[in-house]
Amino acid sequence: MNGAADMGGMHGFGPVVPEPNEPVFHAEWEGHSFALNMVTGVAKLWNLDAFRFKRESIPPAEYLNLSYYGLWTMTLELMMLEYGVATPAEIAAGHAIAPIKKAPHAVTATQCANMVRCGSPYNRQAPAPALFETGDKVRAKNMHPQTHTRLPRYARGHVGEVMRIVGCHVFPDSNASNLGEDPQWLYTVRFDGRELWGADTDPTVRVCIEAWEPYLEPL
Amino acid sequence: MTHDHEHHHEHGSDLSEMQLRTRALETILLEKGYIEPAAIDVLIETYEKKIGPRNGAQVVAKAWVDPRFRQWLFEDGTAAIGSLGFGGRSGNHLVALENTPSVHNMVVCTLCSCYPWAVLGLPPLWYKSAPYRSRTVADPRGVLADFGVTLPKDTEIRVWDSTAELRYLVVPTRPAGTEGWSEEKLADLVTRDSMIGTGLAKSPGDLK
Repeated sequence: MNGAADMGGMHGFGPVVPEPNEPVFHAEWEGHSFALNMVTGVAKLWNLDAFRFKRESIPPAEYLNLSYYGLWTMTLELMMLEYGVATPAEIAAGHAIAPIKKAPHAVTATQCANMVRCGSPYNRQAPAPALFETGDKVRAKNMHPQTHTRLPRYARGHVGEVMRIVGCHVFPDSNASNLGEDPQWLYTVRFDGRELWGADTDPTVRVCIEAWEPYLEPL
Repeated sequence: MTHDHEHHHEHGSDLSEMQLRTRALETILLEKGYIEPAAIDVLIETYEKKIGPRNGAQVVAKAWVDPRFRQWLFEDGTAAIGSLGFGGRSGNHLVALENTPSVHNMVVCTLCSCYPWAVLGLPPLWYKSAPYRSRTVADPRGVLADFGVTLPKDTEIRVWDSTAELRYLVVPTRPAGTEGWSEEKLADLVTRDSMIGTGLAKSPGDLK
């Protein structure tokens, strides 16, 4: 979707301002916001792509005004409502309301430590051979789905070159809508800065993205 | 207890509101038995204290002194980095990017905040901010200038937008005057920003 999250190439946000000696979390609640989102991932209440889709679906004016972890908390709240983990009355009350439907299992510290150590690989068995080879010229499709996609707007319609076949990975566009993992070939595609941004662009700039096969068309 | 559901969205003013909202969600998840309290604590402690840029600095320092490791790192980043004990969450698919005198790599996630937690920990605020996400793919030299970094005008700037589950680690060039240094000492030269590509490794003089 063409939401506020897809920021590449936008103007007007000002300079990047690094913070010296920055803490990992700027307030205690930020650590909790972070951890709750990790824990609900371990609980498999929803998949990561669905979470990202919900986050980028927050209306642009609201998205841009939320702090980073504020955005995470808002997304978690929306997901808990959508997936029936909490009711609006419970959110308003700040606690569970009887009759409480208990979860079958509570995520433990050990499970979380295992998740940190093991992660969750996204490569999958390939259902078919890869369509493109390294060195192929490809065009990123001009597409504007209302649903989740990881093809940034700035790349759409532009021609690049396949630098590497990464492997066959979970396709977020499908997974985010709970339509299954639908694994697709993933490629590193390199674009010349002038192709993306115009002739007066610094000629030394190259931009690489990871693009799933359905994002690309042969030239 | 009910709390205010009107949104206050001026920058920085959502702190107390977000504290309440976050606590409400946590309380509901605990009361319904979705999570144990210790699960929250272990995650906060891990990313506040245990996993950070020192991991990545060890990888870079090893690549500077060990040619076989260096070759492995660029061929199969996940396996090479895994051999040092780093991987897992946001580190299942790691790609090391080699800076050379003619190519400088920079990493961004224009869509949000993807970052190689396993080797760098959680990202700094600027990495997740709109200025960095919007400008890096279009004007990387301008972003480098914000960090006080100027590169020769013919250096290729290669920007990597983290659109999939691959996570990138930039391997900066080894500073001059470090011949014979131990990996441990070299690792002190490797800054977080040099592994994102918004900085360079320190020179020996910077340590004094």
